[in-house]
Amino acid sequence: MTTQWNRRTLLAAAGGATGLALFGCATPAKPVARVVVIGGGFGGATAAKYIRLWAPEIEVVLVEREAAFVSCPLSNLVLGGSARIEDLTTGYDTLQKKFGVRLVHDEAVGVDAARREVRLARGDVLRYDRLIVSPGVHFQYDQVPGLESAEAQARVLHAWKAGPQTVALRKQLEALPDGGVYALHIPKAPYRCPPGPYERACQVAFYFKQHKPRAKVLVLDANPDIVSKKGLFLKAWADRYPGLVEYRPNSELVSVDAATNTLELQFDKVRAGVLNVVPPQQAGKIAQTAGLITTNKRWCGVDWRTLESVAVPGVHVLGDATLSAPGMPKSGFMANNQAKVAADAVIALLTGRTVNPEPILANTCYSFVSDTDVVHVASVHKFDAKENTLVTVPGAGGLSPEANAAEGIYARAWARNIWADMLL
Amino acid sequence: MALAAASAAAQAADDQARVWAASCAACHGTQGRSAGGIPSIAGLEQALLREKLLAFKQGTLPATVMHQHAKGYTDQELERLALFFSQQAR
Repeated sequence: MTTQWNRRTLLAAAGGATGLALFGCATPAKPVARVVVIGGGFGGATAAKYIRLWAPEIEVVLVEREAAFVSCPLSNLVLGGSARIEDLTTGYDTLQKKFGVRLVHDEAVGVDAARREVRLARGDVLRYDRLIVSPGVHFQYDQVPGLESAEAQARVLHAWKAGPQTVALRKQLEALPDGGVYALHIPKAPYRCPPGPYERACQVAFYFKQHKPRAKVLVLDANPDIVSKKGLFLKAWADRYPGLVEYRPNSELVSVDAATNTLELQFDKVRAGVLNVVPPQQAGKIAQTAGLITTNKRWCGVDWRTLESVAVPGVHVLGDATLSAPGMPKSGFMANNQAKVAADAVIALLTGRTVNPEPILANTCYSFVSDTDVVHVASVHKFDAKENTLVTVPGAGGLSPEANAAEGIYARAWARNIWADMLL
Repeated sequence: MALAAASAAAQAADDQARVWAASCAACHGTQGRSAGGIPSIAGLEQALLREKLLAFKQGTLPATVMHQHAKGYTDQELERLALFFSQQAR
């Protein structure tokens, strides 16, 4: 894009940069380069921290619009009643104080890759030597007839970004009378967190079983089958929540009537007491504005050795916004791992070191089938020079044999550790 | 000369092991220092770490996920990870 930015805003931003001295402890007087990171989630916050950890001579500016980080992993437990949203919330203070990341509370609204500048909603301009974009997902409400308006979206929730919507959905569930129906619509893959919807079905069933035993969970899946951990979820529903969960595959959504909480599917109409629609997704908005989207008008193609965009040089893209490599889930764990590969590559590119030719990334996704019992899926991904992408290592990875409490303890510990790994 | 080359190679190897090891930090904590609930692996003896990682890989040490992760690495990669974590402050 070609945006004309005036000299005054540019100077204002440069003046802002000297404010670094305020956070100053770890930042050298003359940084060798400046990296701007857009988005303080699993990808962006991790990248910001690790660049400062590994290369304190590089200045890092993190642009984040929210006041604190709220974790999507574990947020289904808020619906089930065994976690509070505050338990999943971490501030950005330590990232600034301990690691010298400069935090800018604003929204990035434009990128000029030729000038290497990011424009912020309030008008400031940030110059960068390398840019990391970790924008998460944007909901494609234009693909969900009936949910285009803000009013409809406020009534039929997604709760697929943890925060106020998570709390609001829990309140809707609490208000549902015993005997009522909770219907969850799942979009076609790929979407953020493949096992997440099925975990959500478990958590809502867990809540109903205790408080509303005659209520029902109806899972309406646009996919032809359960996308992740199929056998483990089917077993959890059959053993733990018999008669409580009904699963309907191939449930393609035609439209939503938010006024009556009715879903029109291709072959059916469903009315529910609580309707929860997870919309189809694409890379976060700034990725589109910055010209980073390369595939199906949805996802950003990257070089997996550096996470650098294949469309815009000097810009790296992380997390759910990327065009996933084969077998790679859109997960917070993956975004955290990608961020470290990107941090290392960005440092290498800025300091003249050779880029690591063979990244290895791993993933473990835990899902809670109750308040204590958990199932996982794990995988290891290695760069294949011939395929020019990350491929899953054959024979590695796998599933839990069955839901168990030991992994429930590990899953909660994992969450504490990964939040600390990105923010503390 | 040979010494310099060897040390340059060691440095390069460290950079690569460091970014591989950073993957482990998602569960075991930054630089292997856990925030709790999952074992810290920073500063443990190299031989012990090596032995455990290889046992996970061979399936002789029972685990919830580590046997599945260890199989994704060559023995040599596991040895370099063991060396890296043994060098981190506890």
